[in-house]
Amino acid sequence: MNTSALRDVSVVAALTMFALLLLTIILAATGHDVGDALTALARGSVGSWDALLSGTLVRATPLLIAGLAITLAFRAGVLNIGAEGQLLMGAAAATALGLAWHGPAWLTVGGLLLAGALAGGCWAAVAATLRLRFGVLEVISTLMLNFVAQYLLGWLVRGPMQEPTRIYPQSATLDTVARLPIVIPGSRLHAGFLLGIVLAVALAILLRRTAAGFRIRLVGANPVAAVSAGRVDAAVVAFGAFIASGALAGFAGAVEVSGVTFALYENLSPGYGFSAIAVALLARLNPLGVIGTAVLFGALEAGAVSMQRDAAVPSVVVNVVEAVLILLVVATDRWRAQRLTAQAGT
Amino acid sequence: MADALGAFLEGTVRTATPLAFAALGEALVERSGVINIGLEGSIIAGALGGVVTAGGAGTGVGLAAALVAGAAVAAVFALFAVKLRADQIITGTAVTLLSLGLTGTLYRSAFGTGGAALGTPTLGPLAIPGLSAIPLVGPALFAQPITTYLAMALVPLASWWLARTHAGLALRACGENPAAARAAGIAVGRVQTAAIIFGGALGGLAGGTLVLAQAGTFVEGMSAGRGFIAIAIVVLGRWQPLGVGLAALLFGAASALQFAFQAMGWQLPYQLFLASPYLLTLLALALARSRFVAPAALGKIVEA
Amino acid sequence: MSAPALELDAITKRFGAVTALDGAAITVQAGTVHALLGENGAGKSTLMRIAFGMLVPDAGAVRVNGAARRFASARDAIAAGLGMVHQHFSLVPALTVAENVALGGHGRFDRALIANRVRELGDATGLVLDPGAAVSTLPVSAQQRLEILKALARNARILILDEPTAVLAPAEARDLLQWVKRWATGDHAAVLITHHLRDALSIADDVTVLRRGRTVLTRAADGLDESTLVMAMLGEPLSQGTDERARETLAGSTVLALHAARVVDARGVQRLAPTTCAVRAGEIVGVAGVEGSGQAELLRLLAGRLSPTSGSVTVPPSVGFVPADRHRDAVVLDMPLVENLALKDAASAPPWMPWRQLRGETSELLAHFDVRASGADAEMRSLSGGNQQKFVLARELTGAPTALVVENPTRGLDIRAAESVRSRLRAARNSGLAVVMYTEDLDEVLALADRVLVVHAGEVTEPALDRDAVGRAMLGAR
Repeated sequence: MNTSALRDVSVVAALTMFALLLLTIILAATGHDVGDALTALARGSVGSWDALLSGTLVRATPLLIAGLAITLAFRAGVLNIGAEGQLLMGAAAATALGLAWHGPAWLTVGGLLLAGALAGGCWAAVAATLRLRFGVLEVISTLMLNFVAQYLLGWLVRGPMQEPTRIYPQSATLDTVARLPIVIPGSRLHAGFLLGIVLAVALAILLRRTAAGFRIRLVGANPVAAVSAGRVDAAVVAFGAFIASGALAGFAGAVEVSGVTFALYENLSPGYGFSAIAVALLARLNPLGVIGTAVLFGALEAGAVSMQRDAAVPSVVVNVVEAVLILLVVATDRWRAQRLTAQAGT
Repeated sequence: MADALGAFLEGTVRTATPLAFAALGEALVERSGVINIGLEGSIIAGALGGVVTAGGAGTGVGLAAALVAGAAVAAVFALFAVKLRADQIITGTAVTLLSLGLTGTLYRSAFGTGGAALGTPTLGPLAIPGLSAIPLVGPALFAQPITTYLAMALVPLASWWLARTHAGLALRACGENPAAARAAGIAVGRVQTAAIIFGGALGGLAGGTLVLAQAGTFVEGMSAGRGFIAIAIVVLGRWQPLGVGLAALLFGAASALQFAFQAMGWQLPYQLFLASPYLLTLLALALARSRFVAPAALGKIVEA
Repeated sequence: MSAPALELDAITKRFGAVTALDGAAITVQAGTVHALLGENGAGKSTLMRIAFGMLVPDAGAVRVNGAARRFASARDAIAAGLGMVHQHFSLVPALTVAENVALGGHGRFDRALIANRVRELGDATGLVLDPGAAVSTLPVSAQQRLEILKALARNARILILDEPTAVLAPAEARDLLQWVKRWATGDHAAVLITHHLRDALSIADDVTVLRRGRTVLTRAADGLDESTLVMAMLGEPLSQGTDERARETLAGSTVLALHAARVVDARGVQRLAPTTCAVRAGEIVGVAGVEGSGQAELLRLLAGRLSPTSGSVTVPPSVGFVPADRHRDAVVLDMPLVENLALKDAASAPPWMPWRQLRGETSELLAHFDVRASGADAEMRSLSGGNQQKFVLARELTGAPTALVVENPTRGLDIRAAESVRSRLRAARNSGLAVVMYTEDLDEVLALADRVLVVHAGEVTEPALDRDAVGRAMLGAR
């Protein structure tokens, strides 16, 4: 556990270094002042307590939780690329409950987060059932459901859930009892980030320490052997992991509503569900590593905002960096597998 | 009312054109056994490639540049997905992200942080004498930019190619049973790479159409998920060019409906109409038992 | 007399240290059916793959119609007029008959032209197929015809058929063989690789027998009888007499049992006829049978990995199983050894995985079974094939199983590793396990087994424990 934790940290550190190097090259190539830009990047992400807490970590939170959702699914061999839709449905359900019902603060927030997880799980259950019953590729079905969720959300904020004045395409604002508490006074860092850390540790324990998690990994790594040698019911394990993954993504949506936006918007998520795929893959589907990569992405994206504002560098440049990081990890994994097989002989 | 219907039909065909290009390309790629969700990246690259060249060199060169840009992005995908046999979904996700980021960066770096609007000449409608005079459907089908006719021609062409050439046969064999294809002397990797690059070129053309036949300008992220929509269209069209063409029209109609409602002043929840083609696709998947329709080896990594 | 249609002369082929062919020869005359016989591993398929350009020989000559040829690929062989139908079909199910025939060509695909060719060939040869039919809708016998038709459409005059009847029902097999007999006239010739002596004797004009990579018999089929062939294939019966080994019956109570268990595959073809048998504690029951005879189904029934179509099985939950395809069925290459050990009881593992204990057990197992690995945390992928196999066997022997079913446990292993696997199996038997073992190597079965069950065309028999009797039963000889 210690050596692997050490490895996670060093991998994230290496990725960070590489990301900065790549960014420098792109900035230089596109004629920007590298010094100015990197200073702005640092200022927006880690330059101050406020940047770190209210910028980087707040942005990292949905990436972290949705990244865990992807991790769980991919580990089970389920290519759930529908985290975006599940996240949006979670956000919608959480908002609906938060607006309709108030109890004591902890109960309200708890209920709201639970509603989000439930809705995300249900949304994933559609694709999971299609896979189990009809053999529909989950890549295609979750892609469809993302669109459906996006449109459903668009309708909700203009129809049944629109704010009372009926002017803006958004819901009414959540009451303070329905909001996640702020962890560090004076910042915007809410308890959702801590929940994300707890979930990451819990998922790591599940996958590494428990039989259920072991079965999930087996089914993802070799479903035939899992059935033949392990007598595991692979279809049921994958089904369960799929739904749990959706629940985590839905939970991420609820956290975003209850911790950041306090209302339902059409553009609630700037593609968290997709970035989460990158976050999870960069961490090589390792839950504790996801904490690191989510914070890295959070920092990049928070820094990108100030880079664009202060140094006239397009913020989307960080997407390039993210993409190259994924391709790098994919390529090294393939090379490593090929080398190991070649070495072992037959 | 007739006016609104005419506008709706015209809008349907116009919206469907780029979708048809992208989906036809993706259909060929999927028939070869590869699912390229990086198509979105080809579309946005095509849009930028088209807009930066068309201003100086004209729309013809713009479309050609769009084609090349789309193919270049697809070549990156092919390098990882075919050559390195990396996971297609992961690679596709990364390629989309890469292309969206790179186009945005280049565009803003070249034309200012605000992304000053870059105007470009557009392809005007090219009315076909006689046919365009047919009431209602005439203007919708036969008074369109040349790209629409190109898309219309591509549908039967792709059908013919798939069914009536040995190359088309080889492509389908790769998607259904790569081992048997290899036994017949077909270089599976080469066929898939060619399909991916051609599909990317069509994706680029879709992007070129967006800027050169419709918007007249480039906007960051203007591909707006069309690469993913194209995948839905391929599924609904059951991987057949004709089906894909019709499915593209259906998706086009769903979004044209939105403007028709607004024009008529109806307060209908148009989002539900926008969502309906996706629901229809899901329903079709469940009922058709996709395994009998989708290429049998779709998305599987072919070991050498 | 004109030059032979196909002549392979003094062919030698080595794979690493193994000599697969050692000066093997076969001469196929035009207008004849030539049966190529031999036990598993005798080199039949290797010889024919050389004839078809799929392998290049280390020494020897290939002549077609008298002209020396050096084939670099199957494409060259096809151009020279050869066609081969492999045991495992290479058809694309989603395409039509005509499309499968056309696959691999260039330029425009003229459907009508190909369809006509299919019909013409059908008229000329009797292999009638609907050119527009999707292959997925065809029964296996028609798919077999299509494979032959594909070769004929490329103007094959010499057809090599590798175990063509293995997947067919008896009546279909008869029809096919009769077709081959009719077709092989004039400048046509057919080579029939088979395990079935009766097939060979019923239609072949000439017979060649390989044993351990050498041609040991080649002559006209006229006047040959089954026992001569069996003798040639198996070699001189080793005067064993040596050990009625320590076979004082240790065998105890019945552990595994089949009661009229029958297996029918997805296509409705019977793979295993209703079988009743029992395996007792403290014995090794060898299973012998040529590939595809139904022995895979028998083993999986006994291992509790397959449910019978009818009849019933008695199998305790604790049966160790070592399948032949370990990469697919038995291990996870990307996981460390300790997790591959835990794989065995994954379905019934306690809620919290006892990794510390499992790691200890893994290390112990590595030492005890002499598995070369850097430790319990080494990835399975980093082990050699022989060590992977030893690991799987060791794993299936842990946790006090009452029975062990192994399939080709020594294939691909070097001599030392194979011997250590064999001694483990003996030790398992002596400790009271019921052991069922299938291997392709008949001598290995005889050396280890207390009894032998032979599967031939889905029928299970129990011949005397004697090389000749078992060999005959495997080949279906009476």
